[in-house]
Amino acid sequence: MGERVGLEVSIAAAEAVKMANVDVIAAYPITPQTHIVEHLAEVVADGELDAEFIPVESEHSAMSVCCGSSAVGARTFTCTSSQGLALMNEIVFITASMRLPVVMVLANRSLSGPLSIWNDHSDVMSIRDCGWVQVFVENGQEVFDHIMFAFRVAESQKVSLPIIVNVDGFILTHVIEPVEFWDPETVKSYLPPFKPVNRLHPDNPVTMGAFGMPGIYTETRKAQDSALIEAKPEILKAWQEMADLTGRNYKPVESYHAEGAETLFLTMGSIGETVSVAVDELRAEGKSVGQLSLRLWRPFPFEEFRQAAAGAKRIIVLDRAVSMGGQGGPVATEIRSVLYKEKNMPVVTNFLCGFAGRDVTVDDYKAMFEKASKMSKRRVREEDYIIYGVRE
Amino acid sequence: MAKTPKSELELTWKDLEVGCVISNPGNACQYKTGDWRSMKPVVDKTHCIRCGVCYIFCPDMAVHKTEDGCFEADLYYCKGCGICARECFTGCITMIPEVE
Repeated sequence: MGERVGLEVSIAAAEAVKMANVDVIAAYPITPQTHIVEHLAEVVADGELDAEFIPVESEHSAMSVCCGSSAVGARTFTCTSSQGLALMNEIVFITASMRLPVVMVLANRSLSGPLSIWNDHSDVMSIRDCGWVQVFVENGQEVFDHIMFAFRVAESQKVSLPIIVNVDGFILTHVIEPVEFWDPETVKSYLPPFKPVNRLHPDNPVTMGAFGMPGIYTETRKAQDSALIEAKPEILKAWQEMADLTGRNYKPVESYHAEGAETLFLTMGSIGETVSVAVDELRAEGKSVGQLSLRLWRPFPFEEFRQAAAGAKRIIVLDRAVSMGGQGGPVATEIRSVLYKEKNMPVVTNFLCGFAGRDVTVDDYKAMFEKASKMSKRRVREEDYIIYGVRE
Repeated sequence: MAKTPKSELELTWKDLEVGCVISNPGNACQYKTGDWRSMKPVVDKTHCIRCGVCYIFCPDMAVHKTEDGCFEADLYYCKGCGICARECFTGCITMIPEVE
C-alpha cells in the first residue's frame, strides 16, 4: 500500500482520479465540488496527468462531452453538485441508457430554492431513477477507494454503466483527513485498461443514441433495468478484490452493532460516523440499538438489506431530502416498500434532518432514538415522518 | 446488409445490443414511413416533361426515375407530403386520398 497522508478530501479525490489515469475530464466548477476540479485542472496543466481537461461552459455541456469521450473509448471523469447536476439532468439519463461508463463524483448539496450551497441529499435524490450505479461514502478514505472502485465497476464489460460516488459537500469535501494512498502497482492490478463494449471508430461504424419507436422503447427499459440489477455481482467482486488488496472490506449494507438490536438507525453518507457514536453511547446506557449504513443505493441491495434488518422492531431512517407531498423522505418511502410483507415487518420511523448543512449532533440522534422509543409499537401514519429540529 | 435483422416488433429485450447500439449501418431503410400517408401522389405521364423537379424536391428521397424516364414515388417510404405535386411545373402530379 501507498503512503498515508493528511490532506483535504477534495484533493485526495482528485489525486485518486489522477492515479486512475483518466483520459478526459469535463467539468464546470460549482461549490462545493470546486477544489476537486481545480486540482485536476492543475495536475493536467502541470503535465502530471496526460489528459484532456475540457473547460466547458455549463454542466449540460460537461455531461455531453463526457458522453462523447466515453463513446470513443476514453476513460472519463466529471464532478458536480446540486444546480450543476440539475443542469446536466437531461444528459445524465442518456449516459446511462447509452451504457457509457462515465464516473462522477457528486459533492452532495441542497437544491435551490432558497439558494443554498450546503450539504444534503436533495440533488442526488432528484435523479434517483437515472440508471447510474450510485454509492455513498462516509469518509476521505472511502472517497479515495471508491473512485478506483467506480472506474473498475463502470468499465467492466459486464456492467458498462456510469457511476455516481456521492460525497457529502463540505462535511467531507472540505475537511482534512488522513488518507492511505494506493501505490501505482495496486492501482494497475485493480484497474485494467478501459476496453469498451462498443466504441465510435471509423473502422467499425456503429450508431449510438438512435431513436426508439414505441415498438422498441419498452424493451430498452427492460434491458436497462436488467443491466443495472446485473451489475451487482461485479460490484461485490470489485469490493472483494479491494478488500484483498487494501484490507478494507466494503459491503452494500454496512452493519454496526445491528445483530439482535431492537432499533436500527439507517444512514447514508457522512452522518453515519456521527450516528455510530450515538449508537455507542446509547448502548452504554443499555439501549438495544444498532446501525445500518446503505452504501449501495442503486442497484438497491434488496437481499442484503432484508438480511441486515431481520429481527429489528423499529428502523429509524434518516433522510436528507424531502419527497414533497409524499410520505416524508425518499429513502424511508423505499425502505417501507422493501420490507413490505416481510415476516414481522419493523416499524419504519422517518426523521428528515440535516438539510442544507444544518448540524445534526450525537445528542440529536440520541433525542431521535428517545422520541422513537415513545412512539407506538405499530405503524401510526401520523408518526410516519418528522422533520427533525424544525421550529414550530 | 450481412444478415436479415429482426424487425422492430420482433426484437426482444435480450436481442438489443448494449446501450441500444446499432451495429448494422443503414437499417433505418427498413422503417416503413409510407404508413404515415393519408394522400398519395399519382402521376399523369401524358403531361410529365421528365424534368425531375419532383425527384429533387422530395424531402425523403422517395421519388425515383422509372424506365420510361418519368418519375414516381416509392410508396413504402412516401409520406404523402405533397411537395412533389406542389412543385411540379406541369401539374401532372395529383394527390389523391389513400381510400380511393
